[in-house]
Amino acid sequence: MKPFDYQRLAAVEDLGQRVSEGDRFLAGGTNLVDLMKHEIETPERLLDISRLELGQIEDGGDGGLKVGALVTNTALASDARVRERWPLLSAALLAGATAQLRNRATTGGNLLQRTRCYYFYDTARPCNKRNPGEGCGALDGFNRIHAILGTSEQCIATHPSDMAVAMVALDAVVNLRAPDGSERQLPVEELHRLPGDEPQRDTVLEPGELITGVQLPAPPPGRQLYRKVRDRSSYAFALVSVGAILDVVDGKVDSVRIAFGGVAHKPWRARKAEQALQGQKATEENFLMAADAELADAKGYGGNDFKIPLARRTLAAVLRDAAGAEGETTA
Amino acid sequence: MKNPAAIGQPLDRVDGPLKVSGAATYAAEHQLDHAPLVGWIVEATIPAGRIKALDTGAAEKSAGVVAVLTHNNSPSQVPFGEPDDEGRFTQSRAMLGSDRVRYHGFPVALVIADTLANARHAAGLVEVSYDPAEAVTTTGSDADEVPDELDGGLDPDVTRGDFEQAYSESEVQLDVTYTTPNQASAAMEPHATIAEYDGNELWVYTSVQLIGPAVEVLANTLKLDPDKVRVLSPYIGGGFGSKLGLHNEAILACLGAMHLERPVKVVQHRRHVFHNAPHRGNSVQRIRLGASGDGKLKAIGHESYMPRARGYAFAEPTGASARTTYHADALLSRHRVKTVDMSLIDSCRAPGHSIGSLAFESAIDEMAYRCDMDPVAFRLVNMPDREPASGQPFSSHDLAECLREGAAKFGWDQRDPTPRSQERGRQLVGYGVASTIRMNILVKSTTRIRLSDDGSLIAWANMTDIGTGTYTILTQIAADILGLPAGKVSIELGDSAYPASCGSGGSFGAGSSGSALRDACMKLREKLVDIARKQESLKDADFDGASFEGGNLVLGDKKVPLAELVRQSGHDYLEVDGKVEPGEDHEKYSQHSYGAQFAEVTVDRDTGEVRVRRMLGVFSAGRILNRKTARSQLLGGMVWGISYALLEELMLDERCGAFVNRDFAEYHLAVNRDIPEVEIHFREQPDTHSNPLGSKGIGELSISGAGAAVANAIYHATGVRVRDFPITLDKLLEHLS
Repeated sequence: MKPFDYQRLAAVEDLGQRVSEGDRFLAGGTNLVDLMKHEIETPERLLDISRLELGQIEDGGDGGLKVGALVTNTALASDARVRERWPLLSAALLAGATAQLRNRATTGGNLLQRTRCYYFYDTARPCNKRNPGEGCGALDGFNRIHAILGTSEQCIATHPSDMAVAMVALDAVVNLRAPDGSERQLPVEELHRLPGDEPQRDTVLEPGELITGVQLPAPPPGRQLYRKVRDRSSYAFALVSVGAILDVVDGKVDSVRIAFGGVAHKPWRARKAEQALQGQKATEENFLMAADAELADAKGYGGNDFKIPLARRTLAAVLRDAAGAEGETTA
Repeated sequence: MKNPAAIGQPLDRVDGPLKVSGAATYAAEHQLDHAPLVGWIVEATIPAGRIKALDTGAAEKSAGVVAVLTHNNSPSQVPFGEPDDEGRFTQSRAMLGSDRVRYHGFPVALVIADTLANARHAAGLVEVSYDPAEAVTTTGSDADEVPDELDGGLDPDVTRGDFEQAYSESEVQLDVTYTTPNQASAAMEPHATIAEYDGNELWVYTSVQLIGPAVEVLANTLKLDPDKVRVLSPYIGGGFGSKLGLHNEAILACLGAMHLERPVKVVQHRRHVFHNAPHRGNSVQRIRLGASGDGKLKAIGHESYMPRARGYAFAEPTGASARTTYHADALLSRHRVKTVDMSLIDSCRAPGHSIGSLAFESAIDEMAYRCDMDPVAFRLVNMPDREPASGQPFSSHDLAECLREGAAKFGWDQRDPTPRSQERGRQLVGYGVASTIRMNILVKSTTRIRLSDDGSLIAWANMTDIGTGTYTILTQIAADILGLPAGKVSIELGDSAYPASCGSGGSFGAGSSGSALRDACMKLREKLVDIARKQESLKDADFDGASFEGGNLVLGDKKVPLAELVRQSGHDYLEVDGKVEPGEDHEKYSQHSYGAQFAEVTVDRDTGEVRVRRMLGVFSAGRILNRKTARSQLLGGMVWGISYALLEELMLDERCGAFVNRDFAEYHLAVNRDIPEVEIHFREQPDTHSNPLGSKGIGELSISGAGAAVANAIYHATGVRVRDFPITLDKLLEHLS
């Protein structure tokens, strides 16, 4: 670990103009501290935000919910309001990591966790995300866990969060605060970016910008489901995950929202699939047709080719379950 | 009343309270008078070649750094692999001995600092440049070197009868090739050592399965007198073969301690362990089976192709299952290896049978279907009456009974024999079976016991307890034979100053060290009876019915406390040595433990996700020494088998000779949620030839066959035979439309 300075903030206002380029915010530290030990992250200063008053879940007005950035994954997943009205979010959170990690990890930190690409973690191998311009080890290497949508020749890493997938499907919005005190809001869908030729940038956050919370709007009608497909039944990142909210009226899709995890550099909102389904009969054929519409541009890199049919089949299975067909799914 | 510590009783681990309270000090936790310095390994980033330049200047100036050891300044060592007439656990394991890079991850420097954080940071400042050499980092069926011998001293090639003719004349034939990946032992405790050197004696606190060879390898590597080397390894957090021989960080810690004459601790980081401790090589196994129309095997052929690490003579006997499980008129077993520039390849739990059974018991299952026979029935009609490879009689043979009993308990007859015929919602359901067999070995072992005049007994051996329960079963053996409560028995292990033992490995630990202890205890009984005979007050006692109970020698209605007998001997204590070594029984008989394992799996029709729903094993391993620790051993092997079938794979990036998934987030082991209800049954039948206790090896038994039972259940569920382990969902998906 590279030596660094440490400063604990007592209030959001403390941020002021004091944030500089080499700073990183420290909350749960479940990912950042690990990456610092590997010297993949080498901040000059840690600004510990864990004492800030951002740990509340509050009524957000209009039937929504306001989630502080420091709310732990466990607290959010077990909140009675979330479990009742946003079960998709609760399910996604509980599908991630382990109880120990969820007790520590925060809402803001979960959004900002970094990829699990093998080559990102191996400092002896090239990685454009770690060292821009160095090359990509995964492109012609092991890429079983890598992206099939929105990739570039610079980077085919995925975003590992489950929670963010649910938030994207739920049209959640992040509240941001800049060092100068100005605030802005951004849909979670727009928070993360595709790698393009700057894979080192995971998000569109400006330097020093702090996530202070997440706004959940009132949930749309319909059944909410999260399905995570992975190699083992716990403590594994998604090969493919699907978050969906489907409302079927008189056998037809009245409204639908779909997001994929494990397929791209960001949680992937499947708007093409949503459009294809709107007003259509809720049938297996239409579910598969919608998946095909979304995956038309998908590209495999050898090891991850299977993710294309897997994403297609998983989406159809989730929509089938959401539409009410009976069936036991893999626990 | 039966002694609750008697042999076979499910006595709780005697070291359990120490372990759960943190009082059992593992290698890295050993407390010295002063905190040791801490070393961090700098790994080579090429698979083969030479170090061109090393710049340690920045690292040396970094905060807290005391020394940076490289091949330029480390103490003089015997070159790696010498002398070549020594075994692989005792020949030199020189580190930083020359500019040569042996494999990716090979240590090129050790940074020694006051704290872990300072050492680790400074390690990143060491600049190394290389002259890479041509490296062999691909493995596969092009292996064509014949190893001198396989692990366990087995011949690389065995032929019985005319295989080609028997195979070609068989009515039913099968010719399939299976592959298994590189795998890690993945012990919970990483490889760790603290070394202390005063200019004369070297003390090494480490985590190693075999203490005796550890002393020798240090003496041979570091040019020391073995009498000046003390190795201590009282508690070990799992080894599974990766800690049989002394590992890289131990040599490095010793080099640091000798260079500085200060204690140095080196703990391998989890990412280090994958390259700086041995792993299991990948295998290509071609299996040919020939049978008559009624399902009798005519020909068994097994050809194994595996890598062998350059300069390190370990070759895995992958054909072990094919050689020992079923009868056929003709047998062909052949092993070829390919020398590669990769980190050490060595034993991993049940070398040979574990991955051999994955392939072979899957192929046997294929053959059963091809013969249109029930997989249990097919196995039963092919039971051997002598060991197929050697032609020797079995000391005992209980595989058929394990299969029958297991099938009945599992409800095998509820199964629709047709593949892909059972569904539960969107889940395909399948049942699978596999035979389990693992050789029983006895290794020379000695011990010393002392009975004190307070009636307490202490036993010493340089044996190790790698988490298996050795402390506990040895306590029971002494308590049972001498009629003592468990609390009166102390077992002292893990110190090279104690009498030489077998160590832990090859499932021989309990039977061998236990038999030596039994020998000592039986001799002590004779000694105690002799003392009693000399007592005037006992001259009319019933010596014919002498027994030992409740801390007493019982002679009919007379009870004499053992403590009193010690006092009457005129000494403060009685000391007796015990030993065991293999004899005629091991030359005349082929000895094995047996089992049959059954699995029920579901496969998700949409996603291909496989989940094991229940598993059952029936095992026959002679006399069971402790039903609780034995069950744990078998349970652990079954869990590992599930893990081999479904998850474990070291991904070798052939471009650089490195494993890319070097952590437990991406090297997938089965986790709790992957493990269903597991039922374990013993068929307790003491083997009269195995050893004086009648026990047989158990540690490597259940991993041999467990994975194949799961794989065969997947076939039954889906009708898809995946011959490339592990069976991950991507290999099933396209077949599940």
